[in-house]
Amino acid sequence: MSMLEIKGLQVNYGMIRAIKGIDFHVDEGEVIALIGANGAGKTTILHTITGLVPAKAGSILFEGTELTKVQPHKIVAMGMAHVPEGRRIFQELSVFDNLRLGAFTRKDKAEIAASIEMVYQHFPRLLERKNQIAGTLSGGEQQILAMGRALMSKPRIILMDEPSMGLSPLYVSEIFNIIAEISKMGTTVLLVEQNAKKALSIADRAYVLETGNIVLEGDAKELMQNDDVKKAYLGE
Amino acid sequence: MQMLISTLIDGLNLGSVYALVALGYSMVYGIAKMLNFAHGDVIMVGIYSIFVCLNMNSLPVPVTMLICVAVCAVLGFTVEKLAYKPLRGSPSLSVLITAIGVSYLLQNLALLFFKSERRFLQNFLQLGSIQIGSFELPVISLVIWGTTLVIMIVLNLLIKYTSMGRAMLAVSEDKGAAQLMGVNVNRTISITFVIGSALAGVAAILYAAKYQNVDPYTGSVFGIKAFAAAVFGGIGSIPGAMIGGLSLGLIEALTIGFLPESLSAVSDGIAYALLVLMLILKPSGLLGKKKVEKV
Ligand SMILES: Nc1ncnc2c1ncn2[C@@H]1O[C@H](COP(=O)(O)OP(=O)(O)OP(=O)(O)O)[C@@H](O)[C@H]1O
Ligand SMILES: [Mg+2]
Repeated sequence: MSMLEIKGLQVNYGMIRAIKGIDFHVDEGEVIALIGANGAGKTTILHTITGLVPAKAGSILFEGTELTKVQPHKIVAMGMAHVPEGRRIFQELSVFDNLRLGAFTRKDKAEIAASIEMVYQHFPRLLERKNQIAGTLSGGEQQILAMGRALMSKPRIILMDEPSMGLSPLYVSEIFNIIAEISKMGTTVLLVEQNAKKALSIADRAYVLETGNIVLEGDAKELMQNDDVKKAYLGE
Repeated sequence: MQMLISTLIDGLNLGSVYALVALGYSMVYGIAKMLNFAHGDVIMVGIYSIFVCLNMNSLPVPVTMLICVAVCAVLGFTVEKLAYKPLRGSPSLSVLITAIGVSYLLQNLALLFFKSERRFLQNFLQLGSIQIGSFELPVISLVIWGTTLVIMIVLNLLIKYTSMGRAMLAVSEDKGAAQLMGVNVNRTISITFVIGSALAGVAAILYAAKYQNVDPYTGSVFGIKAFAAAVFGGIGSIPGAMIGGLSLGLIEALTIGFLPESLSAVSDGIAYALLVLMLILKPSGLLGKKKVEKV
């Protein structure tokens, strides 16, 4: 059984059909890339999985549990974290408080402290800035904070929405290194990206989304050689 | 000199009660992003509950006080659940109009049950005064200041150092992101209403102790002025509510105390004049922060 299994998913915004019935799955330990142009519906899919947007039809099974009827605040406690598009860290709170909010569903204080230490160890920049107000971090630092905050819930799967958006090339590489590292630590990753080249290079498998439909899927390395993909997403 | 001191004491009394009420407006605005127009009327209901306990049932004062706070908290919870929660996500104008409707509803219920005449309480919390040199300081003033101060401190600690407080801050900034952290947004908003309304209950007690009377419109007039104080201090900010409330109380007391009799009627207008002035000079209020925007 797949860790995350999506079947016949449809999502509407009023009259607009944003997702038109898609199927895909994510197996434990995989890095899955979901690529597609602006407005294809990538963010909508992630929002529907974590409950911020209701599904019109279809099912989302996470480790055997149907998510479409679960309230969003209960989903993170089930082991699924979401690094949203645009980072959405809490700008007015400190780095430390952002991390603590990431562990909101956990109760054991000692374990939370250990997780914060672990995050600081992986991301020394956050340690240096732990009392800084998050809104004053640079864009790249904010993205790292958003990732650290997601790790604080000890997720088994992380959904990431365009983590490299708006970052300088140096930071883009760093973000992709972090994603690879998160995957190595044993966390499953569902990665939405505009930077198809980078995403395909670290992914196991990938899905290509066009205006609400999945039009291509397969092994990430093979998709990189696909002519349509090359033309549309790799700029070759 | 005597005159000045007693005017200042009056101002601080009034200002402390304004501050407690402003705090309710501010917290609810900060977290639910709505203007709870009926907040002032919750105070009115609270004072009537004191009237019922004390005058009609001769309950002991401490019991009366507890009942007043409980009535206000339950009322706030119920109003949020029945009137505002179904409108979550609706345009803020619909929510505002609903809140105005709730305000009229509470006033009309009071008219129905208690008629329009002003009711007087039977010696509620008459504590006398203590002599300091040649000066008499009413004990109730000390009670008002102490209560307000303690509430402000406790609230600040609650928000800074508990996970419920962090949840409130998170919801106030970004409801969606807060949900992704596992915060139950509806519950957090409910808790905020209960706290804000319980504070209105405390304000009702202090108001009642000072003025000893109530009519169906007591809350709305007082509430609008406290709202002006909240905007003046920076709506959404706890210290802002405190400073806004105290400033308004002092200014009002000073105008009543020192302007010629013929002009003292303008004291009510002062609150609104302040509000307009602040909105022109610094729309985010004295301590309100501009949003940190970062792309
Ligand atoms: N809240 C909304 N209300 C109405 N339409 C929406 C809403 N959110 C998204 N849409 C529409 O749904 C479609 C998919 O949007 P979505 O944000 O999922 O795309 P995306 O693939 O994430 O794009 P991008 O790469 O630009 O982030 C778009 O046509 C968008 O205009
Ligand atoms: Mg998107």
